[in-house]
Amino acid sequence: MNNAGSQRLSRRELVADVLAWRGAALVVAGLGSPAWDLFAAGDTPENFYLWGAMGLAAPIGLGLALARPEQRVLVVTGDGEMLMGVGSLAVIGAEAPGNLSILVLDNESFAETGAQRGLTASGVDLAAMARADGFADAVTVRDEVEAQALPEILFKAPGPVLAVAKIALTQDAPAYPSKDGAYLAGRFRENLAGAR
Amino acid sequence: MRASAESWSDHVFQLVKDHGISTVATVPDAGLTRLLELCRADAGVRVITLSSEEEGIGLGLGTWLGHGRLLLCMQSSGIGNCINALALPAVTRTPCLMLVTMRGEADETNPWQVPMGRAVRPVLEAMNVACFEARTADQVGVLFEQAATLAFGEARAAAVLIGQSVLGVKRFDE
Repeated sequence: MNNAGSQRLSRRELVADVLAWRGAALVVAGLGSPAWDLFAAGDTPENFYLWGAMGLAAPIGLGLALARPEQRVLVVTGDGEMLMGVGSLAVIGAEAPGNLSILVLDNESFAETGAQRGLTASGVDLAAMARADGFADAVTVRDEVEAQALPEILFKAPGPVLAVAKIALTQDAPAYPSKDGAYLAGRFRENLAGAR
Repeated sequence: MRASAESWSDHVFQLVKDHGISTVATVPDAGLTRLLELCRADAGVRVITLSSEEEGIGLGLGTWLGHGRLLLCMQSSGIGNCINALALPAVTRTPCLMLVTMRGEADETNPWQVPMGRAVRPVLEAMNVACFEARTADQVGVLFEQAATLAFGEARAAAVLIGQSVLGVKRFDE
């Protein structure tokens, strides 16, 4: 465990490193920086990006995981987005999908709106919440050594699992996916039809 | 149980099966009890209990992306929780089928239900949801068929509102 600040994980590197192990996984990204991180790591029809509906990344991932039980589903989202939809952790715990994983990129801030202080800065613990809701596993990683466990946890371990990655508060290069929701949903769904 | 609740619930359950709906998500209401029991008893329908209704809008989108179909069932107060989430079907042009049991209509005995009850239809229409209002038990299934056909056929949001004239009024007399 390191002190707050200098040693924190780089979100862009972390997401790219984790997604290198995705295989056939489907990925849903919550609005804001997690969506830019996912797009920066490589666009594919197996990605679905949100530009709104804060709090609903995890429920979308749950619906997808239950509809496609043979495929891994990863939700990548921020600490504020996850907390707005925190009740969905209870729903996921109750439904217990073995193929659903959640990666929370936690900079303890509302980075997209001016870096205002977030609730996890006060010690609010999303991994503990997920464990209390019945997740198979939930961890918090704080440095590059601990982060090496993420591919195994997110893509191999029985779900539902949640990993919180404590990341640095950074301004990254713009990397914006299409804003056309019908296009993003249509290509994602059609791609799965072809895969059947 | 009122005979009418039995008849419309059985009809809607048959339509759930006919339309290939395999997931029913809900924050339950008294009027939904029989329909949810029928769904739970069917091995081909998964009933998911939500902590708040807007989760069902996201769940429905994820289900559709994975080539499944979902019905979201709630009391009318839950529509208030869904407003921002209703951007999802509007902007992604995906189906969102809702069955809503009304509170806060003319005979309501709990004034706390009235503001949201009165706002249900204006709110849904403002968020581009087609509304189908059932005033008799016989209308529920007929309108549900129309709403399901619209939602899945045209990939948009549609809601069936079941009035208190169908459901009866909850009393809080001492």
